[in-house]
Amino acid sequence: MTGTLLSIRGLTKAYPGVVANDSVSFDIQEGEVHALLGENGAGKSTLVKMIYGLVKPDSGTMTWQGDPFAPPEPRAARATGVAMVFQHFSLFDALNVAENVALGMENPPPMRDLATKIRSVSENYGLPLDPDRTVGDLSAGERQRVEIIRCLLQDPKLLIMDEPTSVLTPQEVEILFKTLNKLKSEGTAILYISHKLEEIRALCDHATILRLGKNVGTCIPAETTARDMAEMMVGDTLHTPTRSAKDGGAPVLEVRDLSLASANPFGTRLKNITFTVHAGEILGLGGVAGNGQDELLAALSGEARSGSDTITVKDAPVGHLGPNERRALGILAAPEERLGHAAAPDMSLSENALLTGAIRENLTKNGFVDWASTTSFAERIISAFDVRTPGPASAARSLSGGNLQKFVIGREVLQNPQVLIVNQPTWGVDAAAAAAIRQSLLDLAAEGAAIVVISQDLDELMEISDHFGALNEGRLSDIRPAIGLSIDEIGLMMGGADASEGAAA
Amino acid sequence: MDLSAINPVLLIASLMVAATPLLLAAIGELIVEKSGVLNLGVEGMMITGAIAGFAVSVETGSPYVGVLAAAFAGAALSLLFAFLTQFALANQVASGLALTLFGLGLSALMGQGYVGVRPPEMARLDMPVLSDLPVVGPILFSHDPILYFGIALTAGVWAFLKFTRGGLILRAVGENHDAAHALGYNVMRVRVLAILFGGACAGVGGAYISLIRVPQWTEGMTAGIGWIALALVVFASWKPWRALLGAYLFGGINVLQLNLQAAGVAIPVEYLAMSPYLITILVLVIMSADKSGAPASLGRSFHASQ
Repeated sequence: MTGTLLSIRGLTKAYPGVVANDSVSFDIQEGEVHALLGENGAGKSTLVKMIYGLVKPDSGTMTWQGDPFAPPEPRAARATGVAMVFQHFSLFDALNVAENVALGMENPPPMRDLATKIRSVSENYGLPLDPDRTVGDLSAGERQRVEIIRCLLQDPKLLIMDEPTSVLTPQEVEILFKTLNKLKSEGTAILYISHKLEEIRALCDHATILRLGKNVGTCIPAETTARDMAEMMVGDTLHTPTRSAKDGGAPVLEVRDLSLASANPFGTRLKNITFTVHAGEILGLGGVAGNGQDELLAALSGEARSGSDTITVKDAPVGHLGPNERRALGILAAPEERLGHAAAPDMSLSENALLTGAIRENLTKNGFVDWASTTSFAERIISAFDVRTPGPASAARSLSGGNLQKFVIGREVLQNPQVLIVNQPTWGVDAAAAAAIRQSLLDLAAEGAAIVVISQDLDELMEISDHFGALNEGRLSDIRPAIGLSIDEIGLMMGGADASEGAAA
Repeated sequence: MDLSAINPVLLIASLMVAATPLLLAAIGELIVEKSGVLNLGVEGMMITGAIAGFAVSVETGSPYVGVLAAAFAGAALSLLFAFLTQFALANQVASGLALTLFGLGLSALMGQGYVGVRPPEMARLDMPVLSDLPVVGPILFSHDPILYFGIALTAGVWAFLKFTRGGLILRAVGENHDAAHALGYNVMRVRVLAILFGGACAGVGGAYISLIRVPQWTEGMTAGIGWIALALVVFASWKPWRALLGAYLFGGINVLQLNLQAAGVAIPVEYLAMSPYLITILVLVIMSADKSGAPASLGRSFHASQ
């Protein structure tokens, strides 16, 4: 380390009603990986947007290698040597890889040269990528490669990564870390934002922790436990989910030989899925995204119907029923996509509570909406799940991702389901909120519900599930007890190396 | 009935003339929609261009000044739309409809003194040798300059979208305005410029009707060409050459049915009159089987929050 690359002093930014950053100061050294930690809404994104020139600070100064640094727009920041990989990828689906890369560069070379450059950089850093492919067809991991290569082509001195691993598989995370370590060894500083504390411990040299827009401390992650960091972030003692020992209950949800074509032309066909979930049991389903997770959720929630006997709940056939009929029977689901699938973005929280809760919570009478009980149901969710919002009249869109996630999970959990299916329950949610959501799922199971958790987060699945299975190309592996499964075994299950072979060996 | 009265050479030459206003308006709207804006005011901008071009031509005696004035008038009207949708963040569909109604009324008001007046004529290109060729000469080489401008504009827009950085940025803005903003592109500026271009094209298209195709001024003389242009952009899957094809098809059938009417074919006039619309829509629906071209941010308002 040769010196300070970027020094931030007293950076403040206020929006109407909220101070996003309150005189934040810290330094990034040249060639270090610096972690920026904080809960949702702690002001991490605003801070990096100021460094990238998207947002102007109200007060405070930044110094770049000793010179004043105040980028009026991203172009200026890029010219100085700042590059950024966005949390929600800033990619254009209809354009190809090379065009997407060109859009993020100041002076892109002609397309043919650019394609050659993309190929060489992608090989150099072990990120295989074809410049002619349309971005819309790429997986999340490949999309991120496009973003990273776009940044690398500009020889950045500081690379900002906003929650880069939230959408990646463990293998893809490994590739990413190799790339980042290689960059670091070449002298590039990295500002790394993540909720995943173990990643930060593995990767980062220093960490700055933000809480409610203030810098509340720094630490050296390798020498600090994940728990300590989480508690600095939350400013409170962290409750890890606790699970009570339980005996196997009666079978509740049974799926027999479910095969179903996807509604989406690019989707995955479900092939002969069979499993059983007992009362009080949590079944965790892992697998790389796009291997049938969305389709399975749709089949279980009733969005996609199948033969009546393929899905039974307490021996009653439900496969042919639609979502509302299943809700009446106590089969509830929370899909992955928060805005647009789990919640209607422009409708208020009360209205969203009504949309799935109307039947079980008796929120309508003779076709008329009972607004008083709807609002009180929404308020119950907000208080029980600590959803931070001005009130039930706020639009779903106005909530941060983590808060909305708490709301959509809470909405289903509070309806006392017999069967609950959730997909990615803690995606993009900070440690404290994720712990609260997981605890609520465990509590629900303890009350006797059968729960299916579909997730990309293996740590989460290992933490809460009793049994584990993996989806691969629409097929389900054998279901095995989660306790005692090794990462290698899970990897084999996820890779589709047939679990039955693994068991036989 | 005398079908031999229909001269195929004249037919083809006049279909190109009939297609040009539609082509100009469609190419302009194609750029607007590629930037992610849906401007339903094409008809209003065309009719405003038609009267502005007509009036200025009559007053100055120069059809070229008239065409320029039409471009300005169309762009000026579209600036109103740009203000409403990009700054005031008004709904694009409602603003576009209002623009059409406003344009129709405004043009009727402006045109009160010009009914029955003859505009100055625009000289046709007379290319030595080429224009005198049999068949090919009258079809390809003896039109007015605006017609060639329309074809050149199609080629230019195609090349702009495909090969230039400006075209890439325009497509990016239409595809995902949030991402374009995050990368530091000025979404609003790109869209306002696209809207102005679309307005200017529609204005020239309107002036082509009142100065060359008809040439005279009557109220509401654009007769729905602006709406056809809007449909054409969608059915052409936002591809310039397909828009050209669709415009020529529409123009061709339109000219053909007029000829058939004149020749006294025993089909009721109403059926003939509706045939261009019907056949154009049919063919374009078949052509637009691939739905790939729609800009993903089309019609969505952009507001740079945070």
